Amino acid sequence: MSPDDRRYTNEHEWVMADSAAPSSVVAGITDYAQDELGDIVFFELPKVGDTVTHLVKMGEVESVKAVSDLFSPVDGVVTEINEKLLDHPELVNSDPFGDGWLIKATVTEITAIDGLMSAADYDTFTAGI
Amino acid sequence: MTSDTLRTGLYDTHIFLGGRMVEFGGWDMPMQYPAGILAEVKAVRTATGVFDVSHMGRLYLSGPKATEFLDWVLTGSVSSLRVGRARYCLICNEKGGVIDDTIFYRLAEDRYLLIPNAGNRLAVVAWFQSWIDEKFSPGCAMDDVTTTTGLIAFQGPATIDMIDKLADTPLSEMRPFSWAESVIQGAPIFVGRTGYTGEDGFEMLVQGDDVVKVWSVLTASGAVPCGLGARDVLRLEAGLPLHGHEIDEQTTPIEAGLDRFVRTDKEFVGSDVLKSHQESGVQRKLVGFTLPGRSAPRAGYTLSHGGEAVGAVTSGSYSPTLDTSIGMGYVLGRYVESGTTLDLDIRGRTVPVTVTELPFYTRPRRP
Repeated sequence: MSPDDRRYTNEHEWVMADSAAPSSVVAGITDYAQDELGDIVFFELPKVGDTVTHLVKMGEVESVKAVSDLFSPVDGVVTEINEKLLDHPELVNSDPFGDGWLIKATVTEITAIDGLMSAADYDTFTAGI
Repeated sequence: MTSDTLRTGLYDTHIFLGGRMVEFGGWDMPMQYPAGILAEVKAVRTATGVFDVSHMGRLYLSGPKATEFLDWVLTGSVSSLRVGRARYCLICNEKGGVIDDTIFYRLAEDRYLLIPNAGNRLAVVAWFQSWIDEKFSPGCAMDDVTTTTGLIAFQGPATIDMIDKLADTPLSEMRPFSWAESVIQGAPIFVGRTGYTGEDGFEMLVQGDDVVKVWSVLTASGAVPCGLGARDVLRLEAGLPLHGHEIDEQTTPIEAGLDRFVRTDKEFVGSDVLKSHQESGVQRKLVGFTLPGRSAPRAGYTLSHGGEAVGAVTSGSYSPTLDTSIGMGYVLGRYVESGTTLDLDIRGRTVPVTVTELPFYTRPRRP
């Protein structure tokens, strides 16, 4: 079961409001995504200050066998990336919903994320893949 | 997965173990198990791994003309190979292009076992049959036992100490590239001290009914199940070519740097082309290269120098053993020297790579 304190996209990203700052979100990839990728070895993430757009490519993730695009779950501006992933990309395999977060961003409308899939909808979606 | 995809005798075992199945060479095979590719590679480099390689072909060639036949279709010397020994070589077409690479075992004066790649088995069988019909019949018979037998690779430094506890005879005394017959828990096995990982180890041909039993004995003794993903990383670290990547029908063994497996003192299919390649040199050569970081070169990516394309990647990966990214590819002859710096285009990012001697990894000698 995916945690129900956040929202999901059909590109297997999650996003939740960041309680530490107003109009701010934290985002990552789901447990399903990391499991499909296998051992993750490299992230190409956007830079702080970059503008990201809902469901537009914002970076890449490489596992031993595959490379996949990362899509932003929101419209916003990147305020922080998870620097730990540069040396420890495997954090996303071990804790995709926690220490393995990818980016933080400010958004114009925090309510926009409410339109994304709930955890239950996302789990139904992945069960059908 | 198409309905005519073949399954090995270990298919149910792979599913039970949580293997992630993919189509490879016409077979439904495990890419990896839940431990993951990195853990599987580490097991083989530091202890033992076990692979289902039953998708690879098993062909017996026998008869009074079998030696003469194989000397005609293989690049290596067959008549000089002693009974009890095995050899790696290529199967080439008339243009010197590589139809497949293979290990063959001399079982008796006029009997051989040959292991083609899974995806090339039917092409090799058809190629061999056409030559047998044209030049060597009667006197050479071919028997494809791929679907009635199994093949298990048992690889890694700890296999040597483990094998004597498992088999009825002391197989640790076997020399590299030799074969023997033995028994594991009542199951007869044909064993070669061969492999495709860069580690010491064994490959075991067993009857179809025994493949699950032998696999279970090996895993119960601590060998870690490994999939095709780990196998690909291991062979790449060891600088070993994979047909369809480093070698194919448009590539000659000379371009691939496999000269030492080509005998120029005999006549065989493609030998005239290969001899002229060896004498006059080739335009492009296979090289290995390394790059800092973990972003992998992947097949088809362009290698360039001074803004001009000079080659292309055939295989690449992050190497967990060396903790850097590695690749192989073809480049024009003047860029093959070790230490040459080339530019690799990774999906629009330009990354400098350094041409390096192959193999990337050589196993430490046993004390």
